[in-house]
Amino acid sequence: MEFGLTSDQKMMQESLGRTLERVCPLERVRKAADGAAPDVLKAIAELGVTGILVPEEFGGLGLRLLDAALAAEMLGRHVAPVPFIASSVMAPLALLGAGSQAQKERYLPNLATGELIAGVALSEHAAGARAKAGVAAKNGKLSGKALFVLDFAGADIFVVADAFGGLHIVDAEAKGLERTALPTIDATRAIGELNFDAVDAEPLSENPQAALDRMVDAGRVMLAADTLGAGGRMIEKAVDYAKERKQFGRVIGSFQAVKHLCAEMIAELEPCRALIWYAAYAFDEFPDQARRMAAHAKAHTSEVGTFVARTATEVHGGMGFTDLLGLHYWFKRIGFDRQALGGPEKVRHDAAVAQGWVGN
Amino acid sequence: MDLSYGPEYQAFRDEVRAFTAKYADRAPRGALGGDMRDWQLLLIEHGYAARTIPKAYGGFGAAPDVLKSRIIAEEFLAAGLPMGMSGQGISMLVPTLLEVGSEEQKRRYIAPTLRGEIIWCQGYSEPGAGSDLAALTTRAIEDGDDFVINGQKIWTSTAAQADMMFCLVRTEPDAPKHEGISYLIFPMTTPGIEVRPLVTMTGRAEFNEVFFTDVRVPKTDVVAGRGQGWMVANATLKHERGMLGDPNQAGTRLKAIVELMQTEDVDGRRLMDNPALRDRLLKLQARVHAMEFHGLRLLTAGLKGEDPGVARLIVKLMGCELNHQLAAFAIDALGELGMLYNNSPHIRNGGNWQWSYMFDLGLIIGGGTAQIQKNIISERGLGMPREPKPAKV
Repeated sequence: MEFGLTSDQKMMQESLGRTLERVCPLERVRKAADGAAPDVLKAIAELGVTGILVPEEFGGLGLRLLDAALAAEMLGRHVAPVPFIASSVMAPLALLGAGSQAQKERYLPNLATGELIAGVALSEHAAGARAKAGVAAKNGKLSGKALFVLDFAGADIFVVADAFGGLHIVDAEAKGLERTALPTIDATRAIGELNFDAVDAEPLSENPQAALDRMVDAGRVMLAADTLGAGGRMIEKAVDYAKERKQFGRVIGSFQAVKHLCAEMIAELEPCRALIWYAAYAFDEFPDQARRMAAHAKAHTSEVGTFVARTATEVHGGMGFTDLLGLHYWFKRIGFDRQALGGPEKVRHDAAVAQGWVGN
Repeated sequence: MDLSYGPEYQAFRDEVRAFTAKYADRAPRGALGGDMRDWQLLLIEHGYAARTIPKAYGGFGAAPDVLKSRIIAEEFLAAGLPMGMSGQGISMLVPTLLEVGSEEQKRRYIAPTLRGEIIWCQGYSEPGAGSDLAALTTRAIEDGDDFVINGQKIWTSTAAQADMMFCLVRTEPDAPKHEGISYLIFPMTTPGIEVRPLVTMTGRAEFNEVFFTDVRVPKTDVVAGRGQGWMVANATLKHERGMLGDPNQAGTRLKAIVELMQTEDVDGRRLMDNPALRDRLLKLQARVHAMEFHGLRLLTAGLKGEDPGVARLIVKLMGCELNHQLAAFAIDALGELGMLYNNSPHIRNGGNWQWSYMFDLGLIIGGGTAQIQKNIISERGLGMPREPKPAKV
């Protein structure tokens, strides 16, 4: 029994952290457009992060969801404006779970290197359909609308879930596909809307329903890990600021009113780490717990993340509220993570269903 | 990360499971079942209580193995059987004596304490020394071969039943605050000790006040030497804070609430079918899991001899708060039944939720208040500055 990280995992996290510190400082984040910074993507691809879940035979690192969660934590920590959750986690899982050998050979190697970017459109399946969204598949063609498509900007292909839980690959340039970006509070990541008018699609037909559930679970664990990283960094920033900023002739970090806020933040966030590690591990090892634990990790870390985001901002006083300091990039990243793939109430409902407490 | 236990531990689990199945009817459960002391002896004999305490001191003498301890706890929880005796003697005094006691003290006190023959109480807090424990003023003045104690303690649980007390007293009134304290142990039958029950908001006297008037204690009954009391107390508090934040208790409570919500109904509808209640239950379930896995993380760090840093310091704060929230939620789920108390008709679970809701507030305050815990977390865990000393006037 060992509930902790291996030295390889710690090294991977540290080296990703060092790289991001170098290539993705706040000034770079500010300049990123549409949640994309190609140079940052290239740097993390060189470390293998884009191929973290892709098996070695297809040119990836062949690691597990816990390793992906550790990478997601670092990306959140540095509010990295790169595709990851859809392109490097959910799309490879779709191909691995429901793709044919030929499809795996065709897409996985390029996803692994980061040369191919895949958006993922399954929001209706994960969080319910809005504004009559939903995609119908007929004779190999897709029609309808998909909202809140993850890793949207710069995507070369999209993995699309239809209303019956079937999975399809669609070329971004396909005829009849209309793409519309949806600006969010979080400028570091891109989402969008896809409108399909009899668009050619390639089905992923080997057990797509199971693959779809796995994609949602994995995506939720990644969003939780992203919040863990962003929240952890916000606490560090708050503590550092409170140790420097002076008012009434002393550093504000010596006031209990301020200290206790910092203590509450870390006390709430640290147990999320263990919950996320467990959820990621269960994804690979305990399939019967995977859905429930992913949901708990996502919902609970979202609640804690919201608390940390506002509290760390308050500790910074007026400065925290300005664009000058840039703290809001972390605040907004956490806000995005909370809503994507279902808000906390919806996700908790899924956890209730998964353990038979209530019908679907 | 590897949560499998391997064959050695699987075999051990099977052994524990066989025990819980075989001896379930001898376990004391509420007013039913066997006697707690007999149960304790049975557990020590099989190595499920006092497991790592040397045989010479009445324990089972196994090598420390936190995984086996965890397996025992898991299997007893799953079988719904009580673990061995707890209380301040076993949880706090025994580890303290093992760490800093003299050989004579270990031989004399540990074995009967483990067997439940000596019940202990802790004399730490005073009316003027709570969070600021080192401000204690109960004095022990040297007189021949004895110390003579005068003063008062408060918040002394089990003082009325206890045979012995471990007690912090000021032996060096002129020494600096933290250096003039000694840790004494003495029988509660010593002349000059008066115990007055302290009734709390629960309506029961879970605590007492203890008054000392010229209480004579031989100088040999100091633990770890005169003036070393603060060091000894810190060793003891470490054990207490671990005990107070126990995540197993939260797991047990959660299980009971799930059962309650699946069996109790209002207007012919299960509580579980009420979406607002269910959502609150799920929030708490996530917290219980988070603390459970957090415990596994600390356990692993301990196994590897790593210092988990701030992660360790949050357990008392978060664990006590979670237990209290669970009781509070159970009462809300019960609705109007939640306001019943004592032996009211219709009361559920013997009124335990109501009692816990009140008593657990005491646990949030006791053993270092939540605010003291936050000072510890921010100062020692996050390296934030201490509150400046007030200017001298």
